[in-house]
Amino acid sequence: MNRLSILSGVLFLLPGMALADTGTRIAELEKAVAAAQMSADNAWMLVSSALVLMMTGPGLALFYGGLVRRKNVLGTMMHSFILMALATVIWALVGYSLAFGGSGRIIGNFDHLLLNGVGTDASGGIPALTFMVFQLMFAIITPALISGAFAERMKFSAMLLFTALWSFVVYYPMAHMVWGSGGLLNAFENGPIPCFDFAGGTVVHISSGISALVCALYIGKRHGFPSEAMKPHNLVISVIGACLLWVGWFGFNAGSALSAGAGASTAFVATHFGAAAATLGWVLVEWIRDGKPSMLGAITGAVAGLVGITPAAGFVTPMAALVIGFATGVVCYWMVAVVKQKLGYDDSLDAFGVHGIGGTVGAVLTGVFATSAVADPPEGWAGLGLVDGNAFQVVNQALGALLTWVLAAVATFLILKICDALVGVRVDSEQETQGLDLSMHGEEAYNFES
Amino acid sequence: MKKIEAIIQPFKLDEVKEALIGIGIDGMTVIEVRGHGRQKGHKEIYRGQEYTVDLLPKVKLELVVPDSRVDEVIQTLAGAARTGKIGDGKIFVSEIAEAIRIRNDDRGEAAL
Repeated sequence: MNRLSILSGVLFLLPGMALADTGTRIAELEKAVAAAQMSADNAWMLVSSALVLMMTGPGLALFYGGLVRRKNVLGTMMHSFILMALATVIWALVGYSLAFGGSGRIIGNFDHLLLNGVGTDASGGIPALTFMVFQLMFAIITPALISGAFAERMKFSAMLLFTALWSFVVYYPMAHMVWGSGGLLNAFENGPIPCFDFAGGTVVHISSGISALVCALYIGKRHGFPSEAMKPHNLVISVIGACLLWVGWFGFNAGSALSAGAGASTAFVATHFGAAAATLGWVLVEWIRDGKPSMLGAITGAVAGLVGITPAAGFVTPMAALVIGFATGVVCYWMVAVVKQKLGYDDSLDAFGVHGIGGTVGAVLTGVFATSAVADPPEGWAGLGLVDGNAFQVVNQALGALLTWVLAAVATFLILKICDALVGVRVDSEQETQGLDLSMHGEEAYNFES
Repeated sequence: MKKIEAIIQPFKLDEVKEALIGIGIDGMTVIEVRGHGRQKGHKEIYRGQEYTVDLLPKVKLELVVPDSRVDEVIQTLAGAARTGKIGDGKIFVSEIAEAIRIRNDDRGEAAL
């Protein structure tokens, strides 16, 4: 009773008091709401950034490390781990600016050199620092993916030089064209070739996958390939790595919503469904063709599905994600187990078969299944993909993929030429026989004496 | 003194060890080895790449026993290791010139 009367008294007084500063109070309230939303989004984006880093180390390091022979496991893990350092420093100094500065068609500018102007300002929804560090994690894993193609035979110095140059010539332009302001392929910024690439089907997977193929062809086969057995030395760590990749991919794809809203949920579910369906797809065809469903097949299928769903994640329904995943799993199996064997190139850990092909399948199918039922179309568009009646989007997606193929292939070839001239890309045959762990790094993974 | 080297199926190790301990043999050395005799290898497929694996995992036991016990040890060992299928392994017997216990310099059969 007492409290009620106080409350009614306050309420009675409020209108008079508030009249003077209603405007201020509403403004304060709006500020508080915006700050609360920003904090929620920021929390998810920081977690996502950490998840994406976890995909490189330990995810990819374990996945690739288990697939090589025991004499090369540290050298292979180093290819991933060192990029967590190298790609970070280049990104901080100039990479971020070249990817996301300005609004050019092809590449950014030097506005954000040394992270100039990249601070806590959250006018874009999340602090600029968060966006910068989230995007950085993609710039780390993309060149690391390529290392699957030249595993067990590339000189470490050449690998560093190659990936540094590759970041400038392929990654930063790709990131800018697809996600940057005014980018050539950015459907949401009136790009002339409007593509949908939610989390990096072209930027990350096609670019690294095609470059991987060029690397494998340029560097040549490992000594003894394919007559000598080059079995994975420890599939157990590869399984752990693949599981970490699967979990990390939630940050990769659902984080690409750049908020903690419903778009993140769409991408999260699609990601998981894509991986699941692709695992079944791969294992099924493997079982039919090779007679046994293998653990290696299951994890490779899962990664292929995650690649395939990457460009589509935020644009498709859960059922479409199942279809995209299954298709990617089957096509990648066929590429890796059938086509590669016939053509005879030595893409040692199948970076091309999984990322190049899986990325391309995903990019095209995104044009089929992207729908306004789950995502807002770009301004002035009636729908997103073929299922919305926009059949031409399939062509746009294919053009975007083609452009990525050409840029990645040509640039990679030229960069390899430069690296070869400067430091030589391949270890000598004695070093290769000895293994990269000893010959490049002076250490062994599994020590008998200790 | 004789050295008995037995190459057996890995999954038979426990049975063989217990049988030998059962007849009072308390010293042996066990090594994981790879090899093949008449048993054929098997096929492994990694992402469509087929490999024939002909060196199969086996376990090798080495024990040195007094001449008087050789037959008994061989019978016990073979009995415990036998499945009757191809791949059961082999036993080799050879002469040992000398045995030395490092701890106290015992020589010959006293060192076993």
